[in-house]
Amino acid sequence: MYQIVSKKSLNPTVTQMEILAPFVAKKALAGQFIILRVAEDGERIPLTIAGYDREKGTVTIIFQIVGGSTELLNHKNAGDYIPDFVGPLGRPTHTTGLKKVCVVGGGVGCAIALPVARALKEQGTEVTSIIGFRNKDLVILEEEFKQASKETYMMTDDGSYGRQGNVCVPLKELLEKGEQFDEVITIGPLIMMKFVCATTKEYGVKTVASMNPIMIDGTGMCGGCRLTVGGKMKFACVDGPEFDGHEIDFDEAMSRSRTYAEFEAHEREETCNLFKMEVK
Amino acid sequence: MAKFNMAPLKNEMPTQEPCVRNGNFEEVALGYTAEMAIDEAKRCINCKNRPCVSACPVNIAIPEFIAKVAEGDFESAYQIIAKDSSLPAVCGRVCPQETQCEGKCTRGIKAGCESVAIGRLERFVADWHNEHCTVQPVPAPLNGHKVAVVGSGPAGLTCAGDLAKLGYEVTVFEALHVAGGVLVYGIPEFRLPKAIVRKEVENLKALGVKIETNMVIGRVITIQELKEEYGFDAVFIGSGAGLPKFMNIPGENLKGVYSANEFLTRSNLMKAYLTGSHTPIQHGKCVAVVGGGNVAMDAARTAKRLGAEVHIIYRRGEEELPARREEIEHAKEEGIIFDLLTNPTRILATETTDPRDPSYGWVKGIECIRMELGEPDESGRRSPKEIAGSEFIIPVDSVIMSLGTSPNPLLKATTEGLETLRRGEIAVDEVGKTSIDGVYCGGDAATGAATVIKAMGAGKVSAKAIDEYIKAKYAK
Repeated sequence: MYQIVSKKSLNPTVTQMEILAPFVAKKALAGQFIILRVAEDGERIPLTIAGYDREKGTVTIIFQIVGGSTELLNHKNAGDYIPDFVGPLGRPTHTTGLKKVCVVGGGVGCAIALPVARALKEQGTEVTSIIGFRNKDLVILEEEFKQASKETYMMTDDGSYGRQGNVCVPLKELLEKGEQFDEVITIGPLIMMKFVCATTKEYGVKTVASMNPIMIDGTGMCGGCRLTVGGKMKFACVDGPEFDGHEIDFDEAMSRSRTYAEFEAHEREETCNLFKMEVK
Repeated sequence: MAKFNMAPLKNEMPTQEPCVRNGNFEEVALGYTAEMAIDEAKRCINCKNRPCVSACPVNIAIPEFIAKVAEGDFESAYQIIAKDSSLPAVCGRVCPQETQCEGKCTRGIKAGCESVAIGRLERFVADWHNEHCTVQPVPAPLNGHKVAVVGSGPAGLTCAGDLAKLGYEVTVFEALHVAGGVLVYGIPEFRLPKAIVRKEVENLKALGVKIETNMVIGRVITIQELKEEYGFDAVFIGSGAGLPKFMNIPGENLKGVYSANEFLTRSNLMKAYLTGSHTPIQHGKCVAVVGGGNVAMDAARTAKRLGAEVHIIYRRGEEELPARREEIEHAKEEGIIFDLLTNPTRILATETTDPRDPSYGWVKGIECIRMELGEPDESGRRSPKEIAGSEFIIPVDSVIMSLGTSPNPLLKATTEGLETLRRGEIAVDEVGKTSIDGVYCGGDAATGAATVIKAMGAGKVSAKAIDEYIKAKYAK
């Protein structure tokens, strides 16, 4: 059993938890992921690692409430236990030799982009962060990004905070201005990463995207997390989760990610008692 | 001793009716009664040369245990099997006995005669023991040495059991949240009830074996660390088969295309077949399973139980189907359609081109081509050739690819000095010794996809080798 050490709501749909898992904390690196189960009969959910504390033996996860299991996880509190927490899985982000990097995060993906930005800053890389959210209420980790970056650009779709527009707007401006990034690292919704990669492709800037496909075992057995990268079949759990963004077939990944959309929506309704209550 | 039973045929195995069982996940074969078991045991003539024993990968003393069954002394029969097999209730169900012990049985040589039903008797004895025996196995006194076992499938559990019986302190590291490996994620409930696997794992724990789940060796702890930091004198790798193979034809990443591994893992490990499961699985109306091995049969019969019309698509003929005969017969009885000498050429998607349409990107059919068998090649197998222009479409809404697996790259990537073969299998000698001192390997990780009993045999051989290795190391 793994104890939830702390819990913090970052916005109404995004929660941060610190889990006591010394074996995972000992080895975790930015870019890797864990798989957890909330209940004994629960599904296995993959989540990218948002932080770790090797001394305390804790791993931080940040998740969006999207389906039944994340709803159930959000009902747990500090001091509660979850039955399974396995990791670190996948390959860590490749950071060596990078001098100047632009980190582009979107929505809850920013939670995973942050440890990457921090790891880069720690090794002396100059980091520019562009973070985007749907609106002001959904903004998370702004201060943390500012601390990890030389420049931070805040974007919202509706303009209720920062600049109005999507993350590609300042990215394009920077590239147009002649900023020379060694690499762009993007983590967020598939549609956002698709357009980030399309933007950087024009300027020939190497771009790495962190993928989070449907997965079961996460150890190289089931093949559910397969993607097409450069025309070849790749498995996110052992070959990734990060891939060359200019080679990923995003349209296919988006289609596959919706395989269980209907089931998920139904599961969440089943799990959350609020949905069952009549409005009085 | 009672007189031999000279009936030419085996006592039939009571089974659920095909039209009933293809709608439920309960076990197909119901098992012998005590009377049937005694009657069947009397068919063994206790012949001198004991061909069955040498044909068994773990060399169970078959005539001896059968003699005890004939006497009605089932517990003694169990103790004889348990000396050589750590998982009798599993083997009695999933071993390909027809090509092993039963294939060599003296009673089966004459035309029209069947061998003694050794597998069914083994199953009966193990089930009888599990039901009636309340005495816990006694752990052997510890000899002060530690062995790590990577993976809790048939190879790992066998190796762990044998070493524990010799007094080693054994820890099994399992990547998933439950022990059993392929026995829990791969083989369906209707062929091997999970309660039986749990019971076998409990028996091992009673022998003193520790099981640590959620431990992906290579990532959480490396093989080197197990030896150097955690003080294990030896490591046995039984990490099993790895990533599923695909055909590299168009449409394999459409929604509704599964690997057999994924489909079976969802259903077996995650219990997606149960209503109310939190893990989803597609309940296809018409499903194509590509491949003709045991895993393909398991996937097909699972899809059938989830309510589908199921086609097995296999490029060679009936004779060449690699699955066990019994599995093929069971599948046919349950109404699985066999499209033989047929090979898929592409998987077709639904028409809509609007990604926002929920029906976008799903499977709607599989295009296949008819095949014919050519002359036998050097290996003696007749290779299939396409018949030009014979393409046709089977309308399906789901496709399950069951074409075997390639070895998991994780341990190779994280273990310095671990040599592998050309296809990625971990290189071993005849006792499972790898290129690293004190590290042994057996089962699918070393051989590529094979059978449960072969993995158990490898685990057994390596356990003996590890015992000798550690003894030699400390004798110096």
